[in-house]
Parts: sequence; structure tokens; C-alpha cells
Amino acid sequence: MITIQWAYSLAGLMFGAFAILSALDRANRKRFGNAAFWGLMALSLLAGSWLGDFVNGLLVLALAAIAGFGLMGRGVPATTSEGERLTLAHQLGNRLFLPALIIPAVALAGTLAYKYTPLGAQGWIEPQRETYLFLCLGALAALAVLFAWLKPPAAAPLQEGRRLIDAIGWAAVLPQMLAALGVVFAAAGVGDVIGGAARAVIPEGNVFLTLLVFALGMVLFTMIMGNAFAAFPVMAAAIAVPLLIQADHGNPAVIGAIGMLVGFCGTLMTPMAANFNVVPAALLELKDRNGVIKAQVGTALPLLAVNILLIYFLAF
Amino acid sequence: MNLPQYFVLAGILIVVVGFALRLNPMIVVTVAALATGLIAGKGPLEIVSLLGKAFNDNRIIAIVWIVLPVIGLLERHGLRERATATIRRFKAATAGRLLVLYLLFRQVTAALGLNTIAGHPQTVRPLVAPMALAAAEQQHNGIEEESAEEVKAFAAATDNVGNFFGEDIFIAIGSIVLIQSTLAGYGYNLAPLDLAIWAIPTAIAAFLIHGFRLLRLDRRLKRRRK
Repeated sequence: MITIQWAYSLAGLMFGAFAILSALDRANRKRFGNAAFWGLMALSLLAGSWLGDFVNGLLVLALAAIAGFGLMGRGVPATTSEGERLTLAHQLGNRLFLPALIIPAVALAGTLAYKYTPLGAQGWIEPQRETYLFLCLGALAALAVLFAWLKPPAAAPLQEGRRLIDAIGWAAVLPQMLAALGVVFAAAGVGDVIGGAARAVIPEGNVFLTLLVFALGMVLFTMIMGNAFAAFPVMAAAIAVPLLIQADHGNPAVIGAIGMLVGFCGTLMTPMAANFNVVPAALLELKDRNGVIKAQVGTALPLLAVNILLIYFLAF
Repeated sequence: MNLPQYFVLAGILIVVVGFALRLNPMIVVTVAALATGLIAGKGPLEIVSLLGKAFNDNRIIAIVWIVLPVIGLLERHGLRERATATIRRFKAATAGRLLVLYLLFRQVTAALGLNTIAGHPQTVRPLVAPMALAAAEQQHNGIEEESAEEVKAFAAATDNVGNFFGEDIFIAIGSIVLIQSTLAGYGYNLAPLDLAIWAIPTAIAAFLIHGFRLLRLDRRLKRRRK
């Protein structure tokens, strides 16, 4: 069976290549920092399943140390100049969009074919992971098309990939770090403490105020954890189920569905949701690391108010 | 509840202060994790193992970087420049209108379960952000750096809003499964469709609110040029 480890291994080989090319990049003063960082990512993806929890933990500490003590620079692989790109863009025309569409097209067609035709019944692919594996297949297919069409130098995809990953830097690994922090928080009982505190401030008998505390608790806890998924079970156990659903007879489907979306409003407002808010700021080379969050607050707050009113009027 | 229980919240304080002081987040997160674990009475080896296991279990987040060599290779051949040139041919295009269209595209495709076909590395950096910038520059005959930063930030924000408030309409997404399993634990057995249908009002509200703000962005860019 094709398991998700195949995708990890492919990504691991790519990061391994980034590490080697980084080590060879004499233009980057901190090239060995980059090589070590991407090399550790490669190790995690290739061998993480066999290293054991403690060694994986040491690997995490090493990644944090390399990034935190400023040991990474930014590689400058040879690429085309702005003038060359303008000429190429003109020559190649709109056909340039097609390879970019191969990745989503393969991911989509593959997922649908696997789910809705007898292909899926063969059990070739690890359940629930097919989209990720078809995404990898799409990337490989796009590369094959690009090589056949444009005949770039053999190392070009890896060097161009390294250019982009170095522009993102350690932010590429931050989402995984935050997920790990969330697990430690949960193991330490942070959720229970917050749920208990939220429950302690609720005045008795007022449905709207109870709902308000539930909603603000969802937002706050989502902002702390960077993820509404971590907040929902805690706030459901503390407030939504015992008070809103059982005591006040609210509709569980409305409270559950829109309650989760209340949390998503919090996701828009926190740097802890790094893959949505911090990584794009790095990818787009914004000067302000919080630029994306600032653009989102004006949508998140009115939408939060709408969500609270929707629950109030639809669930009760 | 007694006071010492609140001490486990020290990790949150470390994160908030660390982000506010703009310390390196990788260090802040590590220190917060170690501090929280120690306060909760766990040994150092146990905490390091916990971190390692959680990091390892979340490797799926790293899979998306597999698209970088393709995107980089396309950029090498002028993809961003081509996206810019294409937008210049549409005289009626503005940054705001373009992003409203992208918002709609992102919400509809996410609602169909296709939330991985677009995203910051796949579509925003190579296509959406350069197109929005080109539209803004064309409409206003060039824009200030402040405005360019804002247009790029709104391109990323639009991707997030479209993704978040579209995906829950699809019945097989992780968050619907989580709501369902959480509530089932208390004896409320809901079908995914019962939940997904209640995501629709919020999706519409998100489109209206964010769409309105995108059109206001156009006006703000115009004002700044005067």
C-alpha cells in the first residue's frame, strides 16, 4: 500500500537536496546553518518514524537553536534576471499557466477518481491521505512536463525551490513547532484551566451572556493555541454542552457548526496560526510580519459579531 | 479552583510577551513548551519526548512544500511577469475586484472539498498577489510602497478568509468530523450534513464583509494617490 510515508520520503529527499545545495553555496555566509537546518528537516521526514520520541525531541531543539540564534542566512542560487523573465513571459505566453494548473488538476482528479470509482476499492493508498499523495504526484507530473517543454538545467528545480524555501526560512517549520506546543499545553491541562475560568465568570440564567462567554472563550483559546480544533473540545465540554445545549435547550447542530466558525475568526487574528498568518508574510516578503493579521482583523471582528447573532437567533 | 492551577498558563504569558517583543518565535515556542511542562510537574526527558512525538505526528504540514520546485521553476520562466501582463489587458480590473473574484473562487472550491488546490505557496505568491499588484498599479499609475504592502497582505488575507469560511460547507472536512465526534461523545448523534448546512449563513456573511472591505481597499488606494 502507498502510505503517507512515501510523501514524507519525497519531501525529505527534496529537503536533503536543499541541504546539500546550501552547503555548496559560497555566496551565503551562513551556508552551514542553512545546510544543518534543512538537513534536520530531511532527517525528520525520512526517518522520523524510526528515531523514537526522544531523538525527535532533540531534533526539534536543534532546529529551534539554529533558527533562534540566527545561524541561518539566505541562499542566492543563480536564477534568471528580471529582464530575462519579462522576455520569457512574452515568448511563452499564457501556456505558462498550464503547468501551474497540473498540480491542482492531478490532486483533484486523483482524489475524485479514487473516492468515486472502483479504483479506491483496491486499497492501494492509505485511507484519508489520498489528496496529499496525489498532490505529490501532481508536482512530479508538472516537473516532467516542464523538463520536456523548457529543458531547464537538471538542478534548476531544486535550486529554485531552495531560493523559495530560504525566503521563507524557519517560518516553514514554525507551524509544526506550534502544533507541538499545543500538545504540551494540552498535556499540562491548560485547556481545563481556561474552560474552568470561563465557566466561573458566567452569570446564571442569561442565555445571551452565556453564549457571549462561549464565543469569546473560543476566540481567545483559538488565538492562544493557533487552532480552533484545540479550542472546540475544551469549550464544548466547559460551556456549550452543559449550559447552552443541556440547560438552555439550544440546537446542538447550530451551536457546534457555527461555534467552530467563531473559532476560525480567532484564527484570523493570531500569529500562532503561523501557516496562515506568518508563513504568507514571509512568502510575499512583507516588511511587517503581522501585515496579514492586520488585514484580517477588520473582517474577523464583524464576522464574529454576525456569528454570535446567528447562533442566538438560529439555535434558541 | 485554587491559584497554583493557573501557573500552567505561564507558557501563554511567555508566548504573548515573546511575540510582543519580537523575539524569534522558534525560541519563544520552545521555551514556552519547556516551562509549561516543568510547571505541570513533568521531567525534562518527558517534555523533550512529548515535543518530539508531537512534531513528528504533524509532519503532514510539511508536505505542501513539495510544490516549491515547480513554482520556483515557473517563476524562473516568468510566471509572475506573465500573470502581471495578463491582468494589464483587463482595463476594468482593480485589486479589490480581482480579490473579490478570488474570494468567491476560493469559497466555492473549498466548499466542494477542494481546499488544497489553492493556497499561499501554490496560488497567492505566484499568481494572485502579482495580479492584484498589477491591477492596482495600472489603475492608479503606480502605487506607493505602503499601498503595495497592503495589497499583498490583502491577497493573503483573502485566501485565508475564502478557505476558512468555505471549507466547513464540505461534509468530509476535518473540522466537521471533529464537531461531530465531540458532540457524539455527549450523546448527540448528528450527520455531517446537519452541521455543514449551518456553515452556509456564515459563509455568505464572510463573503459580504470581506468583499466590502476589498472594494474599500480600492478607494483607499485611490485616496492615497492624491
